[in-house]
Amino acid sequence: MKGINLTIAEGSFVIVLGGNGSGKSTLLNALAGSFMVDAGRIELAGYDVTQWPEHKRAALIGRVFQNPFSGTAPNMSILDNFSLAAKRGRFRGLAWAQSRQLKDELQARVRELKMGLEDRLDSAIGSLSGGQRQALTLLMATWLKPRLLLLDEHTAALDPKSADQVIALTDRIIAREGLTTLMVTHSMQQAVNLGDRIVMMHNGNVLHDFDSEQKTAFTR
Amino acid sequence: MTLLIGALTLGVILALLALGVYISYRIFDIADITVDGSLTFGASVAGVLLVNYHIAPIPATAAGFIAGMLAGTVSGILQTGFKINSLLAGILVMTALYSVNLHVMGRSNIPFLGVETLATYCEQLAQQLFGASEAMLWGWMVSSADLTMLLLMLVLVSVVALSLWVFFRTDLGTAMRASGDNPQMVRALGGNVDYYRVFGLALSNGLVGLAGALWAQYQNFADVQMGIGMVVWGLASVIIGEALTGATGVGIAIAGAIIGSVLFRQLVAIALSFGLNPNDLKLITAVFVFAALVVPGGMAKITRRKTQRAL
Repeated sequence: MKGINLTIAEGSFVIVLGGNGSGKSTLLNALAGSFMVDAGRIELAGYDVTQWPEHKRAALIGRVFQNPFSGTAPNMSILDNFSLAAKRGRFRGLAWAQSRQLKDELQARVRELKMGLEDRLDSAIGSLSGGQRQALTLLMATWLKPRLLLLDEHTAALDPKSADQVIALTDRIIAREGLTTLMVTHSMQQAVNLGDRIVMMHNGNVLHDFDSEQKTAFTR
Repeated sequence: MTLLIGALTLGVILALLALGVYISYRIFDIADITVDGSLTFGASVAGVLLVNYHIAPIPATAAGFIAGMLAGTVSGILQTGFKINSLLAGILVMTALYSVNLHVMGRSNIPFLGVETLATYCEQLAQQLFGASEAMLWGWMVSSADLTMLLLMLVLVSVVALSLWVFFRTDLGTAMRASGDNPQMVRALGGNVDYYRVFGLALSNGLVGLAGALWAQYQNFADVQMGIGMVVWGLASVIIGEALTGATGVGIAIAGAIIGSVLFRQLVAIALSFGLNPNDLKLITAVFVFAALVVPGGMAKITRRKTQRAL
């Protein structure tokens, strides 16, 4: 990735397209801090985060990974996982992790998913299907409103039906919370149906950048 | 009966070792050999404070805990700050601690003769509790001092276990558990995985150091060799506990480690009283842990083959 210059307006939903090795994932990793850039500057929500380690940037960023196993702790319960998400980027001390309030709120939010998980909050997340895990990861990433949501082909590893469910949920959450989002995808269908801007990448740089008007013209 | 109470007491003391090993082995998925060194370190620090500096038993025992924490911290920093493989980091710290322990004690063995220890405390306490040096327990005559020691250790281990259980349900404790389960996720949720690992290993080895300090006072001497093979001992306890409880949650696993330790010590005592050569003890322990690691996988393979044939 070299010489890339990208500005994302607050509240916009950007789709990133590109072939293998075009630098889409590197872009996301550079933003999240799991890959440190050699040169240049990354600014987020008014902070210069270029030197911030990954765990510090997490205060501003919510993430969903491609691999459904990456975003949740498999041997811990759904409730345990969300008690971690409820403290994303905040100080973790010796306060009781699972408050009554968290449990009630979680039950309500999980019921909305219509996956029948609301009565299974104490079962290990590892026992759930990939689609269920991605839906929960998405809910975890947005539990505290992030300044930037990074979605790294988060439906690529799912079967078509689960992928559709997760995409519908993604759209709903982003619209409701007005989240600034960067979503990497391989699916043209998703690129066309979602978002208000498309960035096409090639060889580590931006090849095309379509704003929402161009995008609509394009898809009509 | 005296033999049984002795084995029970030692089992309860070594339950602290099992809890320490549970933290490193089950929560962080590390076979942490630092344990072999930190057990002795806790014993030697407590021993020197008791014998050479005439420090009261309780602060001396607490110093054993802190010594263990220090050893664990070093091991954790080697793993995280210097990116050394966890097994190698443990070996390095364990080896270094051997010399450190010799320096701390000044020789390879300190007897606790004529000094106040938790054991002598228990003798005094027993006088007040039972009023005699012997007590009846279900029709058996037992030393009331031994009985008091067992009760005291039971109380202590219960308090430690309860605090651990509470700790692992706090925000910090939950994040620590998750950092062993899925470090990538913890980083994405703003947790400093390295910091949790150092802290977890410090806590783990602190408990081991505490076990060392108590064990030395119970047997009335500290010895530079006493830690050898103790990580395997702890693993055996944890594995027995898991097999018995089918541990899924932290609370059950903690209880399982304690039960496992007491039971394992009991089995060893029985085997020894039936004439098992003490020299074979470590070999048998190692073989036991090996079997516990291999048998479940092997059993699964066999049953799978059977079902395939049935189909």
